[in-house]
Amino acid sequence: MALFKLSINNRAYSAEVEGDTPLLWVLRDNLGLVGTKYGCGIAQCGACTVHLDGKAVRSCVLPVSAVGKAKVTTIEGLSEKGDHPVQKAWDEVDVSQCGYCQAGQIMTAAAFLKEKPKPTEEEIVGAMSGNLCRCGTYHRIREAVKVAATKTN
Amino acid sequence: MRIAAAAGGGLFLGFNWSDSAAAPVVVDAKSIVAGSVKFNSYLSIGSDNSITIVSPNPEIGQGIKTAFPMIVAEELDADWKLVKTVQGNLDPSQFERQVTGGSGAVPHSWERLRKAGATARHLLIEAAAAKWGVPASEITTADSKLFHKAAGKSAAYGDFAEAAGKLSAPKDIKLKDEKTFKLIGQSVRNVDNKNIATGKPLFGLDFYREGMLFAIIQRPKAFGFKLKSVDSAAAKAMPGIVDVVTFENSVAVVGKSTWQCKKAREVLKIEYEKAADLESSEDHNRIFSNLMDNGEATVRRKNGDVEAAFKSAAKVIKAEYQCPFLPHSPLEPMNFFAHVREDGVELVGPTQTPDRARGEAAKITGLPPEKISVEITRQGGGFGRRLSADFAIEAVHVSKLVKAPVKVIWTREDDMTGGTYRPAVRYRFEAALDKNGEMIGYKLRGVGINSGNPTREDNFPSGSVDNLLIDSVEHKSAITTGPWRAPITNFLAYAEQSFIDEVAEAAGKDPVEFRLALLEKAKKSPAGEVKYDIDRMIAVIKLAAEKSNWGKKKGVFQGFSVYFSHRSYVAQVGEVVVEKGKPTLKNVIAAVDCGIVINKSGSLQQVRGGVVDGIGHAMFGNMTFKAGTPDQSNFNGFRLIRMNEIPEVDVHFVDNGISPTGLGEPALPPAGGAVANAFYKATKQRLRNQPFINEGAFKGIS
Repeated sequence: MALFKLSINNRAYSAEVEGDTPLLWVLRDNLGLVGTKYGCGIAQCGACTVHLDGKAVRSCVLPVSAVGKAKVTTIEGLSEKGDHPVQKAWDEVDVSQCGYCQAGQIMTAAAFLKEKPKPTEEEIVGAMSGNLCRCGTYHRIREAVKVAATKTN
Repeated sequence: MRIAAAAGGGLFLGFNWSDSAAAPVVVDAKSIVAGSVKFNSYLSIGSDNSITIVSPNPEIGQGIKTAFPMIVAEELDADWKLVKTVQGNLDPSQFERQVTGGSGAVPHSWERLRKAGATARHLLIEAAAAKWGVPASEITTADSKLFHKAAGKSAAYGDFAEAAGKLSAPKDIKLKDEKTFKLIGQSVRNVDNKNIATGKPLFGLDFYREGMLFAIIQRPKAFGFKLKSVDSAAAKAMPGIVDVVTFENSVAVVGKSTWQCKKAREVLKIEYEKAADLESSEDHNRIFSNLMDNGEATVRRKNGDVEAAFKSAAKVIKAEYQCPFLPHSPLEPMNFFAHVREDGVELVGPTQTPDRARGEAAKITGLPPEKISVEITRQGGGFGRRLSADFAIEAVHVSKLVKAPVKVIWTREDDMTGGTYRPAVRYRFEAALDKNGEMIGYKLRGVGINSGNPTREDNFPSGSVDNLLIDSVEHKSAITTGPWRAPITNFLAYAEQSFIDEVAEAAGKDPVEFRLALLEKAKKSPAGEVKYDIDRMIAVIKLAAEKSNWGKKKGVFQGFSVYFSHRSYVAQVGEVVVEKGKPTLKNVIAAVDCGIVINKSGSLQQVRGGVVDGIGHAMFGNMTFKAGTPDQSNFNGFRLIRMNEIPEVDVHFVDNGISPTGLGEPALPPAGGAVANAFYKATKQRLRNQPFINEGAFKGIS
């Protein structure tokens, strides 16, 4: 066990856990940030996607000891009032069915649009195909990323 | 029961899910809070204009939490923005059909919800009429407001909520003419969108309780094993581990975090012994072949003289279709919270059958059911998996053994290898054609594994063929199986619709014309009972053909499929285009008759999602076994469809004003057939086994 100091959503947190504990479980079990979801534990589904210094990473395979001083952003901290263009687009397009994968989808899309504010459809599909949606809301996810792109910048 | 408006006073209407004929009744807010009234759902209108509707059915992504209150709000003429939906908990003895499964929630509740809304509106009008001194018949309503135009009066619902709460509800209430619906049929966004997009704790896995322990369970690694011995010394010595307990054939590692439990489970030393045959997929193939020819079949439907028809046939077509086992793979794995105390049990979690969880908890603890509460969380998909109570049973066992609140969490590997699968099945179809290409005989034998009856003997083409025999043979396996979205028909529909395509081709007829002719025949001279609505089936076939421009598109290979399930009718056309020598599924056109569409947005997505699910599992889904152990344990080995693999899905609803029927499942069954028949046209190779990706036609294509 060791004490890890983390910067998450611009707040300082600390957690006493084993260094190999994935960031996902530290967020969920230790810090009460349950918006980041567990889906597969092996970086196959993307439900656990968070931002590490603005880049999308799979928190289920990221040991907490490897986070260091990097700034972590979770779905809870993507925007203060839940009004990030991607979050708004998700509501406007009415994307969610069960909703379980959507936090990860939104975090993937937000990081992608930061890199590529005006993507082509092909680029959207390429960026989003790493995230599974078992309900099959893919058409709407694609649409929502397009909508968000028109509202970013 | 959490009634948001209960504190402020207003109109409270109790209505009953267990008796559709019973009228809604005005109830006293205090008695609701005290839990002393016997109603199982409530509609409340607060003095602050807030409208709260308790939705009793579990939400698993089918959109019930949005659709139910829409129905009430329509009859109430409520301002949708003021309507709040609250998920009802399991209320002992009160919720009758508090189950999500079988696409049955909306058909079951349609009348009751409408009556509740209409009754509330009636009472508000009565209250206003008394105060204003005008006839009730002259008062109109819209957007949560009451109007008397001649007297120039208007008021908000909240202004009369309390007065309305003092009246008694009428025994009979007139419902709206469906043609005047304003909210029903519109696109209304999911009521939980904001919470979902901001990561609020909604799901079972998100439920945490102060002092709660975590449990990760080792279940037998092969179906057919039973527990022999456990050495848990090393696991108990791991950091954070509180205890290791054993029940039935399971070993639960209980500790202070998910990760610690998961790691400690890896050092358990467990010995198993054989309790049943350890089956492999090769065994299943052998069993299917053997039972298909030699099994003792149970006759499911028989019309005419099928043997004579086949003897006199000008042509006989015969084909076998097979599918593999499938896990459900809801993205939120199984999990459940239980706190077993001496005087009662608290259960919290994602279940499609809260009542079953409670019943099982009562059995394990010996406590009466009324001492057991069940809080239903939002659920990260279900697909049938959460109809079982195994995970709730585990939580109760573990909590009872460690005497603490416990959350049982399944890893993805546990979820995928833990059983309750859609079982593999093999079908043999035979059709007899006369010299004019008329289908005079039809035989179907299904060999199922733990299926009970793997056929749907009264579905099309039954009723349209004079001489017909449908029977089935069963194999009992130690591999656990259960309902999977659109049970049986999730594969049978594809097999049947693919085979019908083969028969149409052998008869030299267009697949759409061939189906229509069979249905006309069933209408004119039915062979035995017809248990589907022929006209509704014809209507979706024609609509799909029209919208897809059937048979008239150049360079597009179209495949047709139609199926009736869960009281709804869906026809689909798959469209394959050959790009650089590679056949690619581009579009699916779906024509859907689910009666009145309640929420256009939710319904559209439900159909698209069902098609994507159907195609995804038909293309890629494959679970195999070696000596009772699944070969696939996570999404690296078991392939789910991704965004880059989906076709466009174009959805058309039939507008016939019939009371609504289910939509959670019916779009899935026809998808595989539409796709397989389109690929056949493009490649001239039949896809008779799922997953398609392993079929000859796809070798080297990917």
